Amino acid sequence: MTAIYILWLREVKRYTRSKVQIIASLGQPVLYLLALGYGLSPVFRRSGAGSYLQFLAPGIISMTVLFSAMFSGIALLWDRQFGFLKETLVAPVPRVHIMIGRTSGAATTAMLQGLLVAVVCVIAGFRPVSLAMVPLALGYLALIALVFAALGTTIGSSLKDMQGFQMVMNFLVLPIFFLSGALFPLQGLPAVLAAITRVDPLSYGVDGLRSALIAQSHFGFLTDAVVLAALAAVVVCLGAWRFTKIEV
Amino acid sequence: MIFVEHLTRRFGELAAVDDISFQVAPGEIFAFLGPNGAGKTTTIRMLTTLLAPTSGRIAIDGLDPERQQNAVRKRIGIVFQDPSLDQQLTAWENMDIHGALYGVPRRIRRERMKTLLTTFELWDRRDEQVQLFSGGMRRRLEIARGLLHTPRILFLDEPTLGLDPQTRNQLWTQVRQLNEAEGVTVFLTTHYMDEAEKVAGRIGVIDHGKIVAIGSSTELKERTKTATLEEAFLALTGTAIREETAGAAERMRQMARMWGRRR
Repeated sequence: MTAIYILWLREVKRYTRSKVQIIASLGQPVLYLLALGYGLSPVFRRSGAGSYLQFLAPGIISMTVLFSAMFSGIALLWDRQFGFLKETLVAPVPRVHIMIGRTSGAATTAMLQGLLVAVVCVIAGFRPVSLAMVPLALGYLALIALVFAALGTTIGSSLKDMQGFQMVMNFLVLPIFFLSGALFPLQGLPAVLAAITRVDPLSYGVDGLRSALIAQSHFGFLTDAVVLAALAAVVVCLGAWRFTKIEV
Repeated sequence: MIFVEHLTRRFGELAAVDDISFQVAPGEIFAFLGPNGAGKTTTIRMLTTLLAPTSGRIAIDGLDPERQQNAVRKRIGIVFQDPSLDQQLTAWENMDIHGALYGVPRRIRRERMKTLLTTFELWDRRDEQVQLFSGGMRRRLEIARGLLHTPRILFLDEPTLGLDPQTRNQLWTQVRQLNEAEGVTVFLTTHYMDEAEKVAGRIGVIDHGKIVAIGSSTELKERTKTATLEEAFLALTGTAIREETAGAAERMRQMARMWGRRR
């Protein structure tokens, strides 16, 4: 248990100390929020779908959590060759504890980053419809963070060197984001796209977040929660299994 | 303290370590030398529970690294070829996490951290983040950390790679000091022959997975009728350069050098 806690704490400490990185990783979400949020707003309004900024904000918050969680998961690859992870892998501690500590730490920092973007969204004019629903939104955020931190751990444990990193970015992380409905409503999509969005885990995260923050839901908030929770359980197990197979 | 008998490790067809036997006595400083790809790292990985042997027997302080993994891990300290510190954490925090992972009780941990950081001349810098440290300081911190849980054996895999002579000299002086004070057995690999000669009581030379000679540096020089350990080493292992295919780890190292984050 000590191992889990101190490895979790390590991730959080690292995050709070890398102030430059925190600011830098705010750039992309802010750009999306301003360029798309304000840029597409008139078109969105004309189509009678309400405020695009309101619609987009949960998507951008989800995106932040996705990128942040996946990155720190995949950074494991670097950490195990040149970083502290290697030192923990030879300690007399069960591998699974190390994986849980690190993954929960990655999920926590991803969530903190998501919350930071949420604050930016509020400054930009986003308003949740009901403050009472905010705790529920935090729950969805935590699930998104956990699913993708564990997925990142799975991938980071499986890759041999940094060559695969670009592949993962272009063929996994970006599609997960763009095909999740973070940027567009899931109603009335072409059949193929609709099918793809249905197997994209982030779709359920974004949808859950929207149900809590702006009271709009495509799949239903309960479906979102069940799918995400089940997925989190599966990916954490998968990640733990891959993690125990890492060779030092 | 270290007992190895008919140890073999195959990777497919290739025998990276081929039927080697040797022993290291308690309190001894033993240097393991060999050209690149000779089997040094593979041997260390087997001794430190990280790789299972294909055949043969290992006993670390009487324990089997394969079956009694955690018990062996508690008895050994390892300093890897590649850096393994958390650069965003302070020297103190790096040590503290290590102590917690190895189950060193808090009070003892504090005392020992103070002793070790003082010995390795890092006490004044304990609250600075490791990213501000020089290569030599980082190495010293890694060695101090490896000794925190009072291991019986300290493994050092090319610890002085890329350090200047002054830093290397200081580092070995401190290692020897610890060896004398605590009786910790030291198993080291290096490419610097002068270091091996100066620091190690006995030297094992491995080439193509086999131990080609073992003994004190005087014995090795007498056996090969050479004047220096370097000449003895070349006489034993030949002058051919070993062309290795870069594995995944080596490719990562190249990338690390490119990005300038290595030490």
